[in-house]
Amino acid sequence: MVTLLAFPLFLLAMMLQTAIISRVTLLNGCADLILVILAGWALQERVKTAWQWALVGGALFSFISRVPWFVPLVGYLATVALARLFQRHFWQAPLLAMFAVCFFGTLAMHFLSFFSLRLIGNPLPIAASFNLIILPSVLLNLLLAIPIFFGMRDLANWLYPKVVEA
Amino acid sequence: MKNKFPRALQTIIIALLAFGVVALALGGYLMSVTNLVTRSLVDAQTWISTRYLAVVDFLTVPRDVASMRQRNAELEAEVARLQTLVIELQQQVTETQILSALVDFARANPENTYKAATIIGRDPSPFLRYILINIGSNDGILRGMPVVTYQGLVGRIDAVTSDAARIQLVTDSASVVNISLKNAKTEAMLVGSITGDLSLDMISQDVTVQPGDMVLTSGLGGDYPANIMVGQVISVRKLDYELFQQATVQPSVNYDQLQFVLVIINFKPVEIAPLLPTESP
Repeated sequence: MVTLLAFPLFLLAMMLQTAIISRVTLLNGCADLILVILAGWALQERVKTAWQWALVGGALFSFISRVPWFVPLVGYLATVALARLFQRHFWQAPLLAMFAVCFFGTLAMHFLSFFSLRLIGNPLPIAASFNLIILPSVLLNLLLAIPIFFGMRDLANWLYPKVVEA
Repeated sequence: MKNKFPRALQTIIIALLAFGVVALALGGYLMSVTNLVTRSLVDAQTWISTRYLAVVDFLTVPRDVASMRQRNAELEAEVARLQTLVIELQQQVTETQILSALVDFARANPENTYKAATIIGRDPSPFLRYILINIGSNDGILRGMPVVTYQGLVGRIDAVTSDAARIQLVTDSASVVNISLKNAKTEAMLVGSITGDLSLDMISQDVTVQPGDMVLTSGLGGDYPANIMVGQVISVRKLDYELFQQATVQPSVNYDQLQFVLVIINFKPVEIAPLLPTESP
């Protein structure tokens, strides 16, 4: 049931992403709303559906975007893996974990996009891509991290209420 | 009689005194006294008037404030509604102007059949310059169809669903368009970049290219119709040790502000891949 919630949520997120967030650029980079939502969701302790959500978000991204289909899937699964890893190690500092996951997840996603596009013949220069796209995108994702983390925490508390033992 | 005289005398004395006072006053000798009296009267009058107005305010202002606040709220709501209306009308005027320009463009180029579309989004990957439009195969859109605005070339259809399509902009780093330089009467390749800048490559060293030269599609390769405006040359880089010149192009279309586009639906891109020579084993 919670897995199904990913469909409307990511559809809405993808509409916002393509209609608004992709137009709000810093240099040539833009934020990745789905990646930040996934990071915030996967960092919640009681959440069990992060992997399924990553598959849904990746499939949706692959359907809309021209990047090779496996890039968003692998990128989002890697982000969830990072989030699960950080959630275990930095469980006392969830915000720090959120920043770390957004930082490394964005880097992973963008380097994967970069190299896969280069492989299919897109002549992307590495220095310009790093300076004008990857770094600004990381910064924008970090800006989105805090509000989305708290939104995801509220959603997780609502979907997975704490069981109080008598 | 005895009573009348003193009374008349009293009257005369009073009259004389009064006359004397008036005369002194007219002569300016009573100015200080007059000022003192007048000032006291004015102060008293002011005090009374102020207190009266304060009492009147106390009795009437609360009712006025309530009604004024209500009126103010009504007017603020009205102002907000009118501002919204103004913005909507401005937006409609802008859209009408753009659509009017598109219609003029379509009339000026009757050899092509156009289908208008609205931009509904951009590719979520920042590495790519693709846009999404709100028409698809249900409207006769096919992969490879060129897309233009009244200002010039936009790109071509890259992927199609039933109700939407994805367009590769000419500014995409993987985009290559065969163009001709109108003044230099030569052909070259227009390539995009990750920053959205356009540049020309493969310009022969023998040709003189100058800033301001018009860049049009050449039609070579069969991807785009010929003679669609792309932009103007703004700078040329010519180095003797290189095989070709290069140039930077100012596009005629502002790709960041696109709202509507026209898809040329009667143009069929030519598939030249089978004609390309293949390496024999």
